[in-house]
Amino acid sequence: MVSQHAGQAETTDADSSALALKILVAGGFGVGKTTLVGAVSEIRPLRTEELLSEAGLLVDDTGGVDRKVTTTVAMDFGRITIRSGLSLYLFGTPGQDRFWFLWDELSQGALGAVVLADTRRLADCFPAVDYFEHRHIPFVVAVNCFTGARRHEEREVLRALDLDAGTPVVLCDARDRASGKEVLIRLVEYAGRMHTARLLDSVR
Amino acid sequence: MTEESTADGRERPGSEWYDNEAGPLVRPYAMTGGRTRPAPAGVPFDLIALVTRVPGAPGADTTVLGPEHRTLIELCRTETQSVAELAADADLPVGVVRVLLGDLVELGRVSVSRPVPPAQLPDERILREVIDGLRAL
Ligand SMILES: Nc1nc2c(ncn2[C@@H]2O[C@H](COP(=O)(O)OP(=O)(O)OP(=O)(O)O)[C@@H](O)[C@H]2O)c(=O)[nH]1
Ligand SMILES: [Mg+2]
Repeated sequence: MVSQHAGQAETTDADSSALALKILVAGGFGVGKTTLVGAVSEIRPLRTEELLSEAGLLVDDTGGVDRKVTTTVAMDFGRITIRSGLSLYLFGTPGQDRFWFLWDELSQGALGAVVLADTRRLADCFPAVDYFEHRHIPFVVAVNCFTGARRHEEREVLRALDLDAGTPVVLCDARDRASGKEVLIRLVEYAGRMHTARLLDSVR
Repeated sequence: MTEESTADGRERPGSEWYDNEAGPLVRPYAMTGGRTRPAPAGVPFDLIALVTRVPGAPGADTTVLGPEHRTLIELCRTETQSVAELAADADLPVGVVRVLLGDLVELGRVSVSRPVPPAQLPDERILREVIDGLRAL
């Protein structure tokens, strides 16, 4: 095994011209996150392992201190190559509340987030909305129009979710590539506006 | 979840599940000698940190490197890869990949770049490019 010291050069500038941007796809259980990531990118499962205590799961008596029992959590992961050296990475987070701790890492340095909502159970996306609002991460709400739940007015959703004015609400079909692309475009546009506004604020 | 699943998880991998989200109990640190974080002190590599093979570094076939190390080196042979992609393509958990990459950085085989926070993007041009790129997909 390799020695553990002498590692100041932990992070060097590998390829300073290459740029990677991160977008999160969040929302309640079964709302269409995996479907959306799959519609716009080549989707792959990504495994991350978490200590059971962190995951808020019961930890049975594990005996020795050096014994680390972990569980794997699967996330959706997709890449969209814009051009060589510029890629968009999508991460779909597990819908269950007990995996929220994963988000803290995921949301670090994220360009923005898509919060998927189902109008039949709008409340399911409240935690995601709260999360991104508190961290000032730009997000759009994408209303996944499952059959039978169509034509919910965007303004109604805006009001029901008590969103800040200006937060985009987009109707979408998570299965449809063009529709998914539109959601991402709206997010990137919005994130751009937010960043510009913040820059202006900081020089004022 | 039951007591049994913790006790037996290793003997019968894949047979115990918490639910659809949580996989079977695993102890992936066997591959990393029990280490849970990359060897060099500091922040763990971001999921979208980019990994590049160091040009001219010795090939992947030395004895210091385990098979997983070699897999990672192979995967970034053709183009720069993110940490998340390496984990997905090598079918290894992210934490394990981070540890292995720490080794490879120390050995001078790969370099890992810190992602640029969106707030520090040079200008709007990049985002414009992303939007145009998405339209053209
Ligand atoms: N009719 C219709 N069905 C959809 C749509 N989007 C997703 N579905 C279906 O809804 C189910 C759940 O979708 P997923 O994409 O797995 O949802 P998810 O958010 O990833 O679910 P979890 O990861 O379990 O939280 C699947 O059976 C999809 O095929 C949609 O726009 N319309
Ligand atoms: Mg899913």
